[in-house]
Amino acid sequence: MGEATAVDLDPLDAILSRLGDVTADKLIPMLQEIQGEYGYLPPEALMEASSRTGIPASRMYGVATFYEQFHLEPHGRHTIRCCRGTACHVRGGREIIRAVQRELGVEEGETTEDMKFTFETVACLGTCFLAPVMMVDNDYYGLLTPDKVKKALDSYS
Amino acid sequence: MATERITSAEDLARLKESVLEESGKFRARVLICMTGCRALGAADVARAFRDGLSAAGLSDEVAVVETGCIGFCAKAPVMLIEPWDYLYGGVKPEDVPEIIETTIGKGEPVGSLAAKVGKEAVPKRGDVPFYAKQRNLVLENCGRIDPRSLREAVARGAYSAAAEALGSKSPEEVIDEVTRSGVRGRGGAGFPAGVKWGFCRKAPGDEKYLICNADEGDPGAFMDRALLEGDPHRVIEGMIIAAYAIGASNGFIYVRAEYPIAVEHINLAIEEARGRGLLGDDIFGSGFSFDLEVRMGAGAFVCGEETALIASLEGERGMPRPRPPFPATSGFKGKPTNINNVETLCNVPVIIGKGAKWYGSIGTEGSKGTKIFALAGKVENTGLVEVPMGVTLREIVFDIGGGVPKGREFKAAQMGGPSGGCVPAEHLDLEIDFDSVKEVGAIMGSGGLIVMDDLTCMVDIARYFMSFVQSESCGKCVPCRVGTKQMLTILERVCSGEAEMRELDVLQRLAEDVRQAALCGLGNTAPNPVLSTLRYFRDEYEAHIKEKRCPAGVCKSLTTFVVDEEACKCCGKCVKACPVDAITGGKKKVPANIRQEICIHCRSCYEACPFDAIRIEGAAVTSAARR
Repeated sequence: MGEATAVDLDPLDAILSRLGDVTADKLIPMLQEIQGEYGYLPPEALMEASSRTGIPASRMYGVATFYEQFHLEPHGRHTIRCCRGTACHVRGGREIIRAVQRELGVEEGETTEDMKFTFETVACLGTCFLAPVMMVDNDYYGLLTPDKVKKALDSYS
Repeated sequence: MATERITSAEDLARLKESVLEESGKFRARVLICMTGCRALGAADVARAFRDGLSAAGLSDEVAVVETGCIGFCAKAPVMLIEPWDYLYGGVKPEDVPEIIETTIGKGEPVGSLAAKVGKEAVPKRGDVPFYAKQRNLVLENCGRIDPRSLREAVARGAYSAAAEALGSKSPEEVIDEVTRSGVRGRGGAGFPAGVKWGFCRKAPGDEKYLICNADEGDPGAFMDRALLEGDPHRVIEGMIIAAYAIGASNGFIYVRAEYPIAVEHINLAIEEARGRGLLGDDIFGSGFSFDLEVRMGAGAFVCGEETALIASLEGERGMPRPRPPFPATSGFKGKPTNINNVETLCNVPVIIGKGAKWYGSIGTEGSKGTKIFALAGKVENTGLVEVPMGVTLREIVFDIGGGVPKGREFKAAQMGGPSGGCVPAEHLDLEIDFDSVKEVGAIMGSGGLIVMDDLTCMVDIARYFMSFVQSESCGKCVPCRVGTKQMLTILERVCSGEAEMRELDVLQRLAEDVRQAALCGLGNTAPNPVLSTLRYFRDEYEAHIKEKRCPAGVCKSLTTFVVDEEACKCCGKCVKACPVDAITGGKKKVPANIRQEICIHCRSCYEACPFDAIRIEGAAVTSAARR
């Protein structure tokens, strides 16, 4: 992400004051809050959080890279999450994933150049009756076919 | 008054009484699933109901309740109308006036929204085949109450078992009751829950922890989500009893972040229970104190394994460690810790409430009680199904599930997710319990049950699961990290027609090695999908290798889609369905033609053709009657 604009640390300050004394076992909830605020985990915010809590930045990095939920780069305006669960797989879910890739020209985990979409897949959305299914932000698109994907994505700006 | 504390069984009974009296003022209740069904417009339907009832001046007579999962997800959005117990599916806002007029007004069913048997409408829930063979012990409140209201849960009996346990039983007596009931852990392994509690009770130490494992990671399983969303007070009640039994004063619910509604509902429930004194100090005046908090997972399948889950709770990378020591002696922060799955804990109030003997009368010799299955895949009635242990796979798939859609053939049921296996048609009459499922090469697991038809390639399924566990392997132990990768490579070679027969032997050997040598449950069970498909569908593997064809017509490198020009009616449906514009013709009496250099083998045209005019070359699948 090139030379990013300076990250505003005020929201971080609010999170840390709210959480009070952050012990190591609260690391994941803290990272979840930071990501909830910033949309990703900005390195500047992590460094600051590290110096304030005493939890080493290396440990934060280790945890952040282990769990799929966390990302260290900014996300697009919309997040697409395609389900790759078993029910979706047997009902053609892989073709939905391919259709999104074709439509956006990005691979799993990547963001489009215009920062419009980030494309992710998840193990299972737990809505197997909608299989194959994808979510865009908080909206579900169920019983999909490859040709319906474009229409769904076109409705976002 | 809303926050009046409940400090005794009498308080609880009084509250129950007053809620029942209050709800008695309504002559009917419209129950609308607002969890899974939200994805298909349930919120609009609820709004239409509120507006319609208020316009008709019926708001004081008829309650609209937003509930958890009613179970029959295939018909979403689903609703139930009490007292008639009419079940309606696929309801749209424009159907609401008719429901108000016919059902609310005259007490008669709206046949067009009811489930069908043949052409006959079956409006009453209990008569619908999907429900007739079910036995709802754990799901009894799910879809019947507003999960955001403690009062509604109490009206249906919530917390009375906890009051009984804390008020009149010693912790040892509770453990004894649960042990005698025979309930086994519903998270997958099936270890007797009471015995597990006993270990933790006996472990030395004053500080003990109870963890509810709601990291439901198995693709295809969603019963824990439904329980947390639809009946969160049952989870809390089960935890209070379990904590009392083992002597824990703190608990966690570790839930997937992918379940936002579940997180919201359980948090609301905890807050309300705490406000009422059902969590905190001196619960039911017993002197026992217990409180709990929700922790969200961060997207790692391996965290469903108990030692990895504990590592995650401690703020570490979620990697498992060797056992012993078991968490019962050294778990969270090195203290004795008991971990149970959501569904296991939800069985506890039933056991205490009705007694071990009653509970033990349900199920089979070795597996007591009921099991919730998430039925999905190539089956008509997808949804949540709770049946007594010992029903047959045939009853679940055909009687409850309504069979395979589009007249296709049942090939296998995948049970137990990535740790499980595929149960073929020859075992359809198997009576399902923990032990019988294991004997045929699958596991009960958390209860995901995915139906597969003849259009499903079993090698591709094995490859799919292996790719799943390979990417979810935490990488700590070599057998899992390297073994799954090597197995995946071989499976990919089989799918693309590049493999040789001797590689099947390597695959089998690798599978056995990983099973024995991996550190944790994820690795130990990772080979199961491969072993079970090799056991029952070896001919499919061989067809890929020897004949370079995929009998189900799935594996891309081995399939070619062609149009049968004589059968083609030039309707153009395939042309429209093709996402890459590979099909020409298909209109004005010119038969469709698939340009092979563009075709991406996605099968859209095959699915779209109403005349079975598209063939998959090399595949052994026959066309089935389409609707």
